[in-house]
Amino acid sequence: MRSATRSKSATRSSSRPLFELLRRGVVILALAFLTPLFLSSHASAEEVTTFGGTVLDSEKKPLEGVVLTVRDTTNQLGTVTTDAQGRWTYSVDKTGNYWVKLDVNTLPSGQGLTEGAGEEKKVIVFSLGKTLTVLFPIGEGAERVSTFDRTMQLVVDGAILGLVIALAALGLNLVFGTTGLTNFAHGEMLTLGGLLAYFFSAVVGLPVIAAIPVAILAAAFIGGFLQDRFLWKPLRRRGTGLIAMLVVSIGFAILVRYFFLFIFGGDTRQLPQYAGQEGLTFGPVSITPKSIITTSIGIILLILATLWLLRTQMGKASRAVADNPALASASGVEVERVIRAVWILSAILASFAGMMITVNQGVSFLMGQDNLLLIFAAVTLGGLGTANGAVVGSLVIGLFIQLSTLVIPTELKYVGALFVLIVILLVRPQGILGKKDRVG
Amino acid sequence: MDFLFIIQQSLSSAIGVNTIIFALAAIGLNMHFGYTGLLNFGQAGFLAVGAYTTAVLVVSFDFSLWAALGMSILASVLFALLLGVPTLRLRADYLAIVTIAAAEIVRQIARSATFNDTLGGSDGITGKFGKAYFDLNPFKEGLETPILRFSPNDLWVVITGWLLVAAVLGFMWLIVNSPWGRVLKAIREDEEAVRSIGKNVYLYKMQSLILGGVIGSLGGAVYALSRQSVQPDNYSTFLTFFAYTVLILGGAARVFSPVIGSMIFWFLLVFVEQVLRQAVAENYIPDWLINANQVSQVRFMLVGLGLMLLMVFRPQGIFGDKKELALDARA
Repeated sequence: MRSATRSKSATRSSSRPLFELLRRGVVILALAFLTPLFLSSHASAEEVTTFGGTVLDSEKKPLEGVVLTVRDTTNQLGTVTTDAQGRWTYSVDKTGNYWVKLDVNTLPSGQGLTEGAGEEKKVIVFSLGKTLTVLFPIGEGAERVSTFDRTMQLVVDGAILGLVIALAALGLNLVFGTTGLTNFAHGEMLTLGGLLAYFFSAVVGLPVIAAIPVAILAAAFIGGFLQDRFLWKPLRRRGTGLIAMLVVSIGFAILVRYFFLFIFGGDTRQLPQYAGQEGLTFGPVSITPKSIITTSIGIILLILATLWLLRTQMGKASRAVADNPALASASGVEVERVIRAVWILSAILASFAGMMITVNQGVSFLMGQDNLLLIFAAVTLGGLGTANGAVVGSLVIGLFIQLSTLVIPTELKYVGALFVLIVILLVRPQGILGKKDRVG
Repeated sequence: MDFLFIIQQSLSSAIGVNTIIFALAAIGLNMHFGYTGLLNFGQAGFLAVGAYTTAVLVVSFDFSLWAALGMSILASVLFALLLGVPTLRLRADYLAIVTIAAAEIVRQIARSATFNDTLGGSDGITGKFGKAYFDLNPFKEGLETPILRFSPNDLWVVITGWLLVAAVLGFMWLIVNSPWGRVLKAIREDEEAVRSIGKNVYLYKMQSLILGGVIGSLGGAVYALSRQSVQPDNYSTFLTFFAYTVLILGGAARVFSPVIGSMIFWFLLVFVEQVLRQAVAENYIPDWLINANQVSQVRFMLVGLGLMLLMVFRPQGIFGDKKELALDARA
C-alpha cells in the first residue's frame, strides 16, 4: 500500500500551497511542482542535470554521513555526503558520462553494498534539465567497527560539532547579553559565512586557506557592521520593544534566507578544492586534514574571543553593559560602541562556524535554519546570556547528538538533543551555568 | 496580462481553504500571544497534532472520522499540558525556544523512517480518511464564476470551514470579554500584580495555552481533511512564523483580526505571485533579474520584509490597539 501512495506523490504535490515543501533536497523540484500552470516539472533555471538518491540501510532507515564521489572520464569532480534523511544530490552542467562511487568505509558497521551491486555506478547524462536517481542497494555487511572504536569516533565528531555550535552560540549570547535581542536571524550569519567562503574560493578562485580570512572580514563587515548599523541600531534608537525586535528578526531571517535561495539556488555545494579528501587515521578515529585545520582555527578563535571578553577594555565594558546598561553608560562606557564591537565579534564567530560546515560538508541556503535550533538549545542549556555557559552547553549538545546515535536512529539525533533541552529546563530552568535570578 | 484570472485566483484564495487554516492557527496564537502574552512558537506542533491524530486514527486504527476528530482535540490538550508544565514558569524568551523545539520534535518524529509504518515517514499519510466528511457534501458541481472558483470538495470545505471559524470566533468573543478573559489580559500586562490579588497565574496561562492549542489543532484537522493527506514538512516552523505574520497583520488582541489578517495575507501572497509570474512570462521583468523559478522566492522575501516593516512601523497591525500590545520580555 505504501508503494502505491508513493507513486502518486507527484500528482498530489500540485495541490499543495507554496510554503509547504521548502525543505532541503526537494526545493527545486517543489518549486516546479507547485506551479503546474506555468512550468513543466523539468524546467530548470541553470540548465543542469541533477542526479541523486537516498541511501537506506538494510532496515530501510536513512544513513547519514555516507560519502559519495563523483567523477567524469578524466577527473574527480567532487564528493557529497548524505544528509540526515540519507539524501544526496550532485548537479552537472554538461552532458556525458559520469561515475558515482559510494565509499563503503563510510557505511556504519554491519552494513555493506549487497552482492552484485558495485560500489561505482555509471550515470549517462543525455540532456540537461533532468533529475536522475542513482540507487545503491545496501544490505547486511561485515561487522567492521567495534562499539569502542565507534564511540571514540563519535566523541571526536561530537566535539567538532560542539565547537561549531559554540562559535555560533557565543555570538548569539553576547548579542543577547548586551542588547536583549533573541536573534532568530543568527542562523543566517552561518549561511552568510559559508556563502562568502564559497564565493571567494569557488567563484573568485582563491585557495581555501586565503578565501577564509577574506570571507571572515567580509562577514564581519556585512553581518556585523552593516547589520547593526542599518537594522538594529535604528531599532534601538526607536525604542522598539524586545518582543517586537524578536519578531523583526524572524522577518529578517525569512527575507535573508530566501534571498540566499534566490541568488544561490537550492543545491548543497562543495568547495572545489579539498572536495574529496582522504581521512587520516589516528587509532580508531578517522579525521580529514581539512577538518583538523578548520577545527584548530575554530579553537583559536574561541580562545581569542574569550580573552577579548576577559582581558581587554572593550571586553570588560561589554560585560558591564550586559550586566546593567544604564550603570555602564553612567560610568563612562560608550554603550553603542560596545554593542557594535559585540555584533562584529558575533558575526566573525558565527560566519566561521558556517565556514567550518561549508569546508567539511558543503553549503546550502538552509544551513542556518538547520543549525539555529541547535544553537538555541545550546544557549538555553548553558544559560541564556552567559558566555561560558554557551560553550559548555554547545559541547554537551554536540557530544549528546553524536553519541546518542549509538542508541537511537541517526535521523532522530536532533530530536534527542531538543528533548534533553526540555528535560534540563524542567530541572534547572536557568541552564547549567546560568544564575538563578535570571529567570522571571 | 490576464487581470481577471489574477483577481479570480487572489479572491478565491482570500476566502479559500488556506485562509481558514491560517485564521484558526492565528486565532489560537491570538489567545496565547495577543491576550495572555505567551510567546508560543510551537503553534505548528499543535496543527501537526490535530492533523496527524485525525489521519492516523482513521487510517491505521480504523476509528470513525468523528471519533478521530474528537481524539485529535484530546491529543492537543495533552500536547499543551506536556508543553506547558515545564515552560510556563519560564521567562517569555525561554518559552519561545522550548515551544519551537517541541514543534520540531513533533515534525521530526512524524517524518522519521523509524515510525514509518504508523506515521508515514517523510511522505506522510494519504488516504480517504475524510470520506465520511465528504460523503455529506451536497455540492455536485463546483463554483465557477469570473471572480471565484472552487471545486465541489473545496466548496464544501470552505463553507463548513467558515462555519467553524464563526463558531470559534463567537467562543473567543464570549471568553475574552468574560472575567476570565480580563484576568488573561492582566497577566499579559503585569503578572506580579495579578499574583498579588491571589490569582493562580500558572493555571490561567495553562488554560490559555490549552484553549489556543485546541483552536490551532482544529486548523490542523481542516488542513488534513481538506487535502485528504498529511505531510510532515507542512508543519515546519514556517507555518508558525506565517501564522504570526497573519496575527500581527490583522492586529493582535482583537477577536476578528486574525481572520482579516489571514484574508489579506493570502490575497496578497497569491496576488503578488500571479502578477510576478505573468510579468515574468510576458517579459516585463527580464529573465536575468527574476526567472520563473524564482517568483515564489521573491514572494517569500516580500513576506519577510513585510513582517519586519509591520513590526517596526505598525506593531498593532491594521485593527489592533497600540495600547494592547505593550509587552516586553525584559519588563
